[in-house]
Amino acid sequence: MAKKIGQKTKTPMPHVDPGVRRHSFGEVATGYSVELARQEAARCIECKNMPCVAGCPVEIDIPAFVRQVAAGDFDGAFQTLSAKNLLPAVCGRVCPQEDQCEKVCTLGVRFEPVAIGRLERFVADYAALMHLSDTAAPAAPSGRKVAIVGSGPAGLTAAADLAKLGHSVTIFEALHKAGGVLMYGIPEFRLPKTIVQGEIEKLTGLGVDIKTNHVIGRTFTIDELFSELGFDALFIGTGAGLPHFPSIPGVNLIGVFSANEYLTRSNLMKAYRFPEHDTPIVRGKNVAVIGGGNTAMDSVRTALRLGAEHAYLIYRRSRDEMPARAEEVEHAEEEGVEIVLLAAPTELLGNEKSRVRAMRCVRMALGEPDQSGRRSPVPIAGSEFEIAVDTVVFAVGQGANPLIRSTTPDLPVTKWGYIVADPETGATQKPGVFAGGDIVTGGATVISAMGAGRRAARAIDAYLHRLPAGGHAAADAFIST
Amino acid sequence: MPRILAKETLAPDVVRFWIEAPAIAKKRRPGQFVIIRTDETGERIPLTIADADTARGAIALIVQGVGKSTHKLNRLEPGDTILDVAGPLGQPTHIEPGMRVCCVGGGIGTAVVYPIAAGVRAAAGRVAAIVGARTKDLIILEREMAAVAEPCIITTDDGSHGRKGLVTEALRMLFAEGYEFDEVVAVGPLPMMQAVCAVTRPLGVKTIVSLNPIMVDGTGMCGGCRVTIGGEQKFVCVDGPEFDGHQVDFAEVAARLRAYREDEATAMDRYRAELAAPQR
Ligand SMILES: Cc1cc2nc3c(=O)[nH]c(=O)nc-3n(C[C@H](O)[C@H](O)[C@H](O)COP(=O)(O)OP(=O)(O)OC[C@H]3O[C@@H](n4cnc5c(N)ncnc54)[C@H](O)[C@@H]3O)c2cc1C
Ligand SMILES: Cc1cc2nc3c(=O)[nH]c(=O)nc-3n(C[C@H](O)[C@H](O)[C@H](O)COP(=O)(O)OP(=O)(O)OC[C@H]3O[C@@H](n4cnc5c(N)ncnc54)[C@H](O)[C@@H]3O)c2cc1C
Ligand code: SF4
Ligand code: SF4
Ligand code: FES
Repeated sequence: MAKKIGQKTKTPMPHVDPGVRRHSFGEVATGYSVELARQEAARCIECKNMPCVAGCPVEIDIPAFVRQVAAGDFDGAFQTLSAKNLLPAVCGRVCPQEDQCEKVCTLGVRFEPVAIGRLERFVADYAALMHLSDTAAPAAPSGRKVAIVGSGPAGLTAAADLAKLGHSVTIFEALHKAGGVLMYGIPEFRLPKTIVQGEIEKLTGLGVDIKTNHVIGRTFTIDELFSELGFDALFIGTGAGLPHFPSIPGVNLIGVFSANEYLTRSNLMKAYRFPEHDTPIVRGKNVAVIGGGNTAMDSVRTALRLGAEHAYLIYRRSRDEMPARAEEVEHAEEEGVEIVLLAAPTELLGNEKSRVRAMRCVRMALGEPDQSGRRSPVPIAGSEFEIAVDTVVFAVGQGANPLIRSTTPDLPVTKWGYIVADPETGATQKPGVFAGGDIVTGGATVISAMGAGRRAARAIDAYLHRLPAGGHAAADAFIST
Repeated sequence: MPRILAKETLAPDVVRFWIEAPAIAKKRRPGQFVIIRTDETGERIPLTIADADTARGAIALIVQGVGKSTHKLNRLEPGDTILDVAGPLGQPTHIEPGMRVCCVGGGIGTAVVYPIAAGVRAAAGRVAAIVGARTKDLIILEREMAAVAEPCIITTDDGSHGRKGLVTEALRMLFAEGYEFDEVVAVGPLPMMQAVCAVTRPLGVKTIVSLNPIMVDGTGMCGGCRVTIGGEQKFVCVDGPEFDGHQVDFAEVAARLRAYREDEATAMDRYRAELAAPQR
């Protein structure tokens, strides 16, 4: 029996004032109080077919956890979340809920949907504050060793699931900190790094060994992980970390960055705290960021916080086509980001010191829809204009890093270099090697990478049960005879 | 955490460390480098693997103190640890058995060219070496180079050791004496590498240079190390660090190295002030 409809709009999320936060790396949204959370949770009408559950890529039992929040049973709500989601504090903050669980919420058909993401965040933060932990007991040790390459959301999820199933799990991460994009890409003001580290500590609690500074393909190849280090199976979750630059004149001028470099300097290396931290960053007065996704939005809002007087976001289509989360676009505008739609750079101009001083752009009109269904932009002849800039950040998409494919010739990849893997199991065509997340799909979302990690963990577990006693080496010998 | 096993001063502000890193020692090939970070607030900086001792599981790094990060590193002592050491990174030097190579090292560049010379020698190749510096005190690895190269010519700008003059003059002399090389490998300051390329270009001798742009991750993720080689964009950390010197846009490399001039000076000034401040 469904409950009656009460409050029709979402309980608003408290935020730091835009005038204050544009100068601060502190978190923008401050989170629900106990009262606000219970008020919002009470809105769920517990509808019979619960479409929200299918809208969540990891199928969290949303009505159950929301009911628990409404009843004030936050511990129980946390256990419900933990049963399906390793990183609730992260997902509650960065999931594009409007395209997932909240998009299909029954209440949302006529009114605003239940603020599922905000409630998830509330429960996870409450659990962290109260030091609650996931109470599910791990299985008995299986004696099998699994290597996880890359510690983004895909790798972390696969690692946790496999550890809970009793396997001995080692994560190899190229950088000096685990977390992938959660650490180096998404800024502090949207996802505090202490929260990411808190979630990662849960893994070490499960007995997962995290080896940072290990670049697979270099320190060890994929084959060496089997032959020399004796792993029985492998999951590759190395993300889509290769930055693209457009082929226009001036991209190598000083002051021109990929979003990856700009965000890595600021987040991972804490350049916003230079000189207390040693890594510098260019603190531009007039910054232009090119792109319309989350990465572009994070870069342009970082520029404001680094002291930009003008922070422009240049996007070649219209607002409707922007892939960034709607909430982030609103936040950016409130903070003073100047959005320039239907324009694209054609040339960057430098000064005598090879520093960028201006950007030439052309206006665009929307033409016919392309294969992706989005209307493709067409340059308007004679519409060129110039903007004075001292920093330019390109957030125009990423590709697949070549390190692993160039050192693993028998691992099939697509013509763009992404690993070919079964979408249901993550199995690649190389025995014992599974893959998932952005390195398979191209840039996607945190939760979809986690879903891929979870499905692969299940398939790896099944694979390990089929493996003969001698492990991968014996299986190899078996296959080649 | 990787421990420093030994430390030795090779020249003023130039130190050789032996660092415990068994996996890297085993895997590394000539031409490759590591990225290190000394402490939690430190930068990630690239350094060439100057040598490796697989028996001890150690790698050698030769570090010239030029700014805050390298000075901080050079103050560490045996027994201290380095927070992060990742590698081996970059493409190994392309070495063919029996090849004839002239290795030219300028200043700290000798630390980069030495493992290449040793690698060519180990592959039954023939190595001639030219090691140059401004003055006698700044010549490094003379003994090590002489052990793998014949001839091994030393040049100093002021004539305080070896021949007086630039490495390019010694190189011209070798060509004039009839030496033939499959390749010249030149590593040193950008103007020196450019000058070597100017000597070899008209002779049609293939010339490899090792580029040292500013890096962040060293894994191909940030694009900060991008350079233009024959009109094409390359990432030095994954495609390099060695490239055909005749194809390199040196002016662009030089300009990009200056990107953080003022910040680097700020960092160094503050660091000096911290060191000078009385200890509490
Ligand atoms: C700036 C930015 C903002 C974003 N915002 C959002 C958002 O708000 N919501 C959302 O849902 N999604 C967002 N995304 C997308 C989301 O972060 C990614 O889809 C997700 O992180 C992919 O996870 P992954 O595990 O596949 O890889 P990644 O998170 O990319 O992690 C891969 C890890 O593997 C490591 N690695 C790579 N190569 C090697 C190697 N050879 N050896 C060892 N380790 C290696 C990398 O260093 C990295 O740590 C954003 C992405 C970016 C860049
Ligand atoms: C692949 C590679 C291998 C390298 N191998 C070695 C090595 O074996 N030994 C060694 O001593 N150095 C090596 N370098 C250079 C070393 O990384 C830099 O000297 C170091 O990053 C400077 O850091 P810093 O904070 O001490 O100086 P900064 O304060 O960053 O800079 C001080 C001065 O050094 C210059 N500088 C900055 N970065 C570099 C750079 N990457 N290369 C050259 N000059 C720079 C600046 O323009 C400035 O004038 C290598 C660089 C690369 C890319
Ligand atoms: S994980 Fe994401 S999609 Fe699933 S319920 Fe939470 S916010 Fe919604
Ligand atoms: S769809 Fe919406 S109203 Fe229905 S159970 Fe899910 S959250 Fe509640
Ligand atoms: S250092 Fe970041 S791509 Fe080379």
